[in-house]
Amino acid sequence: MSLTTPLFASFGGAIEFIFSPQASNVTGGKTVGGIDQVIELTFDQLEVTVLALLLAIVIALPAGLYFGHRGKGELLAIGLGNTGRAIPELGLIALMAAVIGVGLFNLTVALAILGIPPILVNTFVGVREVDRSTVEAARGMGMTQFEVIRKVEAPMAVTSIFTGIRTAAIGIVATATIAPLAGVATLGEFILGENVYGTNGVVAGAIVVALLALALEFSLAGLQRLLTSKGLKLRRT
Amino acid sequence: MRIDHTKLRVALAALAALALALGIAACGGSDSSSEATSAESTGGESEASGGAIVANPENGKVSLTIGSKNFPEQEILGEIYTQALAAAGYKAKSDLSLGSETVAHKAVKSGAVSGYPEYASTALTSFFGLEPEEVPTNANEAWEKANEEFEKEGLVAFEPTPFESANAVGLLKTTAEKYELETVSDLEGVSEKLSLYGSPECRQRIDCLAGLEKLYGLKFKSFHPVDISLRYTVLEKGQADLSILFTTDPQLSAESDKFVILEDDKHVFPAGNVIFVTTPKVVEKAGPDYEKTILQVQEGLTLEVMQELDARVEIEKETPKAAAAAYLESAGYVE
Repeated sequence: MSLTTPLFASFGGAIEFIFSPQASNVTGGKTVGGIDQVIELTFDQLEVTVLALLLAIVIALPAGLYFGHRGKGELLAIGLGNTGRAIPELGLIALMAAVIGVGLFNLTVALAILGIPPILVNTFVGVREVDRSTVEAARGMGMTQFEVIRKVEAPMAVTSIFTGIRTAAIGIVATATIAPLAGVATLGEFILGENVYGTNGVVAGAIVVALLALALEFSLAGLQRLLTSKGLKLRRT
Repeated sequence: MRIDHTKLRVALAALAALALALGIAACGGSDSSSEATSAESTGGESEASGGAIVANPENGKVSLTIGSKNFPEQEILGEIYTQALAAAGYKAKSDLSLGSETVAHKAVKSGAVSGYPEYASTALTSFFGLEPEEVPTNANEAWEKANEEFEKEGLVAFEPTPFESANAVGLLKTTAEKYELETVSDLEGVSEKLSLYGSPECRQRIDCLAGLEKLYGLKFKSFHPVDISLRYTVLEKGQADLSILFTTDPQLSAESDKFVILEDDKHVFPAGNVIFVTTPKVVEKAGPDYEKTILQVQEGLTLEVMQELDARVEIEKETPKAAAAAYLESAGYVE
């Protein structure tokens, strides 16, 4: 009970924080927050998210397609998927900071490691689930291995592949919030900087990250529709 | 075929195990508590002050929860106070790593913790809106001023510790020699070539980057936010030219040929002694031994002792609990 009132109070304050700069105790009179800073940090967060997601896709998609096509490495895919979830991201970033230092590169790699397992596992499963008789038919038509992957298995696994990419994207964009601990300013600056930005800033940061995650999810869903072949769409409806 | 498969499985299982182990190692990365050598005594302060803490059975009825902010020095202090109060007979437990000063401040106001150690300078600038140059340099004046403000919001602060701590601009000695830097003012004309690393909050704080820009008129090549536990790593890795350090950092005395700090000639970084912040309600409930124990046990906390305790935790990876216990024992507060 006592918790809900301040929560709603700070929700209103957070909205205010997002749109107009606020006074702060510790800045020597300079205001903080406001739409300009929110937009700037949102783009920073989007930048590291997109870079990490692309890196994860570049690594995990071909690997998933290959292993799925060959029908091998089930244990590898599942094992990676599970261990991937067990790796604590903050620990990974700290470890990498000690080895290769902090900054955009470190973060991109660390966040990509977070994104690889879901893409790999879902691509693998998606390809494995393609009807074997369809694949045999494609082979019978004289398609090469590569053509079978490109023209038959990958298009038919699009839904599953995108499930993986969307899961990875949400994980990455949410985790990019801790980037200010490793050399890159993102919206996490609001959340980690309560002394500067106040509770309003913390809540505002959380709201904007949540909105960004939703926006990313919807864009990827749109992209998925564009990439799903007409034949598959017809079959589903 | 079958043999192939089994081999593959074994190899993959091993790989998975390795990845998992890596993950766990990463988890323990920054603050693992390996090999606490608590038996080893904290040298250099055998001059026990005030004698052993006497347990008062009366205090057994009172439960106290001591908080701290989320970095090693604070956790050590929190543990020292907790263990000392336990030695005095209280049912004392610690609730460390509360987070930033805003969170700790709220926790003591709401009664979630009985009290926590705060730097007088931080209290004055962060809670009560003083500019860094308005913070009294005299420890007692700063404490009195902070206490006045705390009393207005129903809190009370005990007398300050002997040691004080402040932020400082730190750098490698080689960098300082290259650009002939001794004071922060010397950075004028050079800072445009140098990158500065500090906590995520540093950018906006007047007692950090904002103050360096405003009061010294400095512009840096870039500012990068990092976790404060990385403040020496970024210097060692050669990523940061300048990094915000603490004057109580053990690295500054242990590796004085490697790291140096610049003299803060225009007072952007106010130094603060630690004052224990609590409420009059807790003081009344806990009786006279509460304040007495806290003041007694912090008497031995000089700069050298604090640096050594920080070293135990930050460099030797002892737990704050073990470091605090070693301090209390070697200073003769507990047997």
